[in-house]
Amino acid sequence: MSRKFFLVLSGLIIISLLAACSPQATPTPAAQNTSAPPAPSKPTGYGATLAAIQARGKVVCGVHTELLGFGYLDENGRNMGFDIDFCRAVAAAVLGDPEAIEAVPITAADRGPVLQTGEVDMVTRNMTWTSKRDAEWGNFTWITFYDGQGFLVPKASGINTLEDMNGATVCVTTGTTTEKNLATAFSDAGLTYEAVTFEETSAVYSAYEEGRCDVATSDKSQLAAVRAGFQNPDDHAILPMTISKEPLTPAVPTGDDQWLDIVKTVIWGLINAEEYGITSANVEQMKSSENADVRAMLGAEGEADWGYTTLGLKADALAKAIAAVGNYGEIYDRYFGPSGIAFTLDRGLNNLWTDGGLMYAPPIK
Amino acid sequence: MLRAEQPSRKIPIWRDERALKVVAQVISSLAILGLLYWLIDNFLVITQQRGMPLTYGFLKEAAGFPIKESFIPYDSTMSFGRAVLVGLINTLVVSAGGILFATLLGFIIGLMRLSSNWLISRIALAYIEFHRNIPLLVLLFLWYFGIFTKLPGVQQSITIPEILYINQRGFYLIWPRLVEGGMIFLAFSLTGVILAVIAWVVLRHIREVRGKETYFGRVSLAILVLVPLMGWFISGSHPVQLDVPILQGYNFQGGLRLTTEFTALLIGLAMYTSAFIAEVIRSGIQAVNKGQIEAAKAVGLNSTQVLMLIIIPQAMRVIIPPLISQYLNLTKNSSLALAIGYQELFAIGKVTINQAGRAIPVFILIMATYLIISLITSLILNIYNKRVQFIER
Repeated sequence: MSRKFFLVLSGLIIISLLAACSPQATPTPAAQNTSAPPAPSKPTGYGATLAAIQARGKVVCGVHTELLGFGYLDENGRNMGFDIDFCRAVAAAVLGDPEAIEAVPITAADRGPVLQTGEVDMVTRNMTWTSKRDAEWGNFTWITFYDGQGFLVPKASGINTLEDMNGATVCVTTGTTTEKNLATAFSDAGLTYEAVTFEETSAVYSAYEEGRCDVATSDKSQLAAVRAGFQNPDDHAILPMTISKEPLTPAVPTGDDQWLDIVKTVIWGLINAEEYGITSANVEQMKSSENADVRAMLGAEGEADWGYTTLGLKADALAKAIAAVGNYGEIYDRYFGPSGIAFTLDRGLNNLWTDGGLMYAPPIK
Repeated sequence: MLRAEQPSRKIPIWRDERALKVVAQVISSLAILGLLYWLIDNFLVITQQRGMPLTYGFLKEAAGFPIKESFIPYDSTMSFGRAVLVGLINTLVVSAGGILFATLLGFIIGLMRLSSNWLISRIALAYIEFHRNIPLLVLLFLWYFGIFTKLPGVQQSITIPEILYINQRGFYLIWPRLVEGGMIFLAFSLTGVILAVIAWVVLRHIREVRGKETYFGRVSLAILVLVPLMGWFISGSHPVQLDVPILQGYNFQGGLRLTTEFTALLIGLAMYTSAFIAEVIRSGIQAVNKGQIEAAKAVGLNSTQVLMLIIIPQAMRVIIPPLISQYLNLTKNSSLALAIGYQELFAIGKVTINQAGRAIPVFILIMATYLIISLITSLILNIYNKRVQFIER
């Protein structure tokens, strides 16, 4: 009996060995999900993300959990924020449910690796779009927030200009564009400084609040978010100067053009919705709007395809996204508007192009 | 008949135990090799596919990020490679300091734990249990955010005028600095130290061989003092100036500065590891045969002599092996500095990953570096360990 057992066992080992050695067995994650051979014009990986999400029933987003307004947890432990809403919008468009997200908390330094390894479906964690990151990390989708780097100082310090900061200690998050902009700004001006760097955003500002640093630097929106959370926000001021361009953009891993297009289109949909006056409240009525473009965008019956067939979505995908999180302006106001949950931040560059801002998305048609 | 018998005697190959053993070994080693091949091949294919080549050319690119503490010249225009080197040196410095303090503290606490005085023994016990049962990261946060950043601000520094200034930015200490002719003095001092060590070793050896007192302690002490003194006068009697920290602008300048982050990490690491070392020391000492101590007392050695000449030398051979792993732990734990803003190897490695966009090559580099540091540490201690083991004749 033991001989038989041994024979069977060795047979199994040989079989598994052969299976492991054969080159076809090398699983490339991109190819894993495409059981049918892809259409010749489309590269490997096209459509893999959507298929995986539909099988999983969830969109996995790399997010912030400690930045008021952008990505944080409310008192019930629910992921909330401007960035999170874009993740929810995508989930609503793809799966029909804004709650079907898995929010993975990541640090600033993790953003590149999780994109490169494809660990998440998208990163929505106030991330600046740069050419190098686009080349090396993943595909950036569409700018959701135009930001710039500024400085947070205690009002009592009397600091107003960059020159005032000569020799100062600056708190900054490690692994960010902020860190490099800071170095460039100071060396261009011929000034010196000392950087105290932390990996966790929360550590940066608690060190600043304790007085470990004279100045904290980051994107102005982030500084506003942090300042609002301080014990005495009025003791601190954000200097008017801006030392960099920070276009904050959600990104997806490379290799799946369909998925890139889906996320971009959802963001365009939210921006266009504001332009057309479509809100979460009136999205159903708007399906019978007089404007044919609006009807098509919301997937009313008998209207033209805005590309959803190729993207593998349903006709009302954008309508679902708008119904779930509202249009771009609604999302902005929810967190940063005059009666926003987080704090009030002037819309400035983030106004629609029709209102003198930079928010301009390709038409949905 | 003969023909019919022979095949039945000969064991068929698939029942021959020796053959089966060989086959089993071949198969299992092939399976392991196959698994390894599959893993590595998969890894290479994927890195290729995702445009993450395993090259190190990026180490020559400009880093662009600042590093607060560096023992070699560094600024943000220098290369990633240089930044990683700065990180490595920072790791080595904090580990060496941590090992030194942890050993001293661990030794003291370990001896206290064995004290016959109830209170001293319990204090040591409380110290050990406190540190052993709280995660190191929590302790580091406690030291950094709980204590050091709560120190007074720069303007309100705790001050011993012109000697020591303590504030939340760090500890600023008056420190000697070499001025003109300082190198001569430094050279003489170094020579003095070397000569003193040689004198100690040689004279002590002579005493052991001849059995005659050679006063090796006093002679080497004299050399240690006199030679640098000669250097002092030759170099024009002012080779060293005391550098006093002065408040300029936002921070103190001059003197020796230990930043809050460095100090918090050093203290946190040293105290945490000392609790483990104390237990190692205690167990080592308790492993010494009681008869040895009784015999030592019987021949009239006092308690210090019993400790230094009988107990410790014998305890060392039990202590060294676990001590090595504590040292390695301390070195590896220094990577937690990331959380409290001290930029050592791992912290700088992570920034490099982010700024250069090369996760896998940098992680391989970091792992290899820690491995090399650990192997060198073990090698040195293993050599020492061989010396303290019983020499069997």
